[in-house]
Amino acid sequence: MNTAKNKAWGDAAFKGVTLFFALGILVLFAAIVANLWHESLPSIHKFGFSFLTSSAWNPVKDDFGALIPIGGTLISTFLAMLIAVPVSIGVALFLAELAPAWMKAPFGVAIELLAAIPSIVYGMWGLFVLSPIMADHVQPWLSAHFGFLPFFTGPSMGIGMLTAGLVLALMILPFIASVTRDVFLMVPQNLKEAAYGMGCTTWEVVRDVMIPYGKKGIAGAVFLGMGRALGETMAITFVIGNAYHLSWSLFAPGNSIASTLANEFTEADSDVYLSSLVELGLVLFLITFIVLGLAQLWLRKGNPGGGQ
Amino acid sequence: MTRRNRRVLTNRIVLTVSGMAAGVGLIMLTWILGDVAIRGASAINWAFFTELPAPPGMKGGGLANDIVGTFLLTLTATLLSVPFGVMAGTWLSEFGRDHPLGHLIRYLSDILVSAPSIVIGVFVYLVMVRPMGHFSGWAGAVSLAIIMLPVVSRTTEEMLKLVPHELREAALALGSPYWKIMPYVIYRAAAAGMMTGIMLAVARVAGETAPLLFTAMNSPYWMESMNEPMANLTVTLFNYAMSPYDDWQQLAWGAAFLITMAVLVTTIITRLVLHKRSRH
Repeated sequence: MNTAKNKAWGDAAFKGVTLFFALGILVLFAAIVANLWHESLPSIHKFGFSFLTSSAWNPVKDDFGALIPIGGTLISTFLAMLIAVPVSIGVALFLAELAPAWMKAPFGVAIELLAAIPSIVYGMWGLFVLSPIMADHVQPWLSAHFGFLPFFTGPSMGIGMLTAGLVLALMILPFIASVTRDVFLMVPQNLKEAAYGMGCTTWEVVRDVMIPYGKKGIAGAVFLGMGRALGETMAITFVIGNAYHLSWSLFAPGNSIASTLANEFTEADSDVYLSSLVELGLVLFLITFIVLGLAQLWLRKGNPGGGQ
Repeated sequence: MTRRNRRVLTNRIVLTVSGMAAGVGLIMLTWILGDVAIRGASAINWAFFTELPAPPGMKGGGLANDIVGTFLLTLTATLLSVPFGVMAGTWLSEFGRDHPLGHLIRYLSDILVSAPSIVIGVFVYLVMVRPMGHFSGWAGAVSLAIIMLPVVSRTTEEMLKLVPHELREAALALGSPYWKIMPYVIYRAAAAGMMTGIMLAVARVAGETAPLLFTAMNSPYWMESMNEPMANLTVTLFNYAMSPYDDWQQLAWGAAFLITMAVLVTTIITRLVLHKRSRH
């Protein structure tokens, strides 16, 4: 009887302790949001809603607006997705279905390893290797052939929005590719075999069986990559140029929320300045929260059999 | 016949395009790795591991203090986040599997895994650095620990879920209490998988820069305690790469090489050793 009581007590304690730590994650999340909100209040009170629509950024006059960093974040992410999504889906298809069997395993591991490389390495490479190439070859070529578009005008400096988008694309490519590959690998073998048995070509199996089966999962992978791209700091800060003006030209330097924080957070000398930067962080957190929330929703629904 | 030809042709085109996408992707990424290896390896010598950074303009110097700093920051972050994450993951797997609270925590953890790390840095700055009045290694370690935590708890949960129910039932049938079954039976069965998750999380935070910028910050000196600004490889890499001095940029390539190698080697070894063992 006594041991039974002990056992019940021990189990309850064990359950309680683990629950305490699990709740810790919840508390941490709430603390992050609450703290960012609280510290944003001076800026919210001073600028109100116009913080999001103002393009001012003047530390001397304590006048701040988030339009340029938010715009820069969205544009660089959009460029990165434009490049990375088609390529990484191609890579994923190749790894999951098209590649000869002996290639699948080593290439798959290579892609996963590339996804593990710290983003600062991508950023540094972008600054020292990619930017000069962009300035000397890619940008002059683009403005010579597509200069009639407003996106490809202005001086070829190498650093700027276009280069930032490219580096970002390279960084999220292995990530999206490896998640998408996992989604493709979850398509049941018998479904694919049934289609092959009917005489489908590989492409038809991909188009009519694998993509429809995995479409939620693919959307999840793409949004997961987008969440990463939106909040990415180090890959961008090196090459975006850190300038506060809006321009149609993708050659022009700009700023993103993350690069603004990286460059200015320790320099904020007034309360409103710091508070505005925190509010930028809050905006970034909320944007990524929505994007990543959707990604998780789709990745779960896209995988009816599995637990994740 | 023509229809068949067209289908075969379409198939060939798509195969080629997809193969090319894979090719281009891999070439670009090999290019990056190759540059880091070539430029980085030439910056690495004995002084790189043993000396302090030289003042700007002076030749030589190394990143010994940064290497030690990054190691200590990562180690402290691991010690902080692993017990926390393993306990939380245990609740999620053993007690909260179909609990609404379990679903909520799982969902938020999955979001936190990919949340912008720089925002975590801002958060830790506000709750630790500003009240304490100075940057510190502790703050850096805490921000890395926050980034590791959801990874550790989610992998622990997934690995515990893989342990068959029969094992728990067999142990329960012997009359052992649950709190004894966990360490003696379930954690043992899941150990290799849990270690894999932890090591991959370690590899990830070892290369993190953004959350350290306003927490551990950086220092050109040997650290005396964790309670002061702390030298670390990634922030030094950032500062040196952005500097106008050739020697510093060289050291930055060396740092990039070292970090990349450390992350890749950890990842590969973890996969080879632990993955194999978990299959037995």
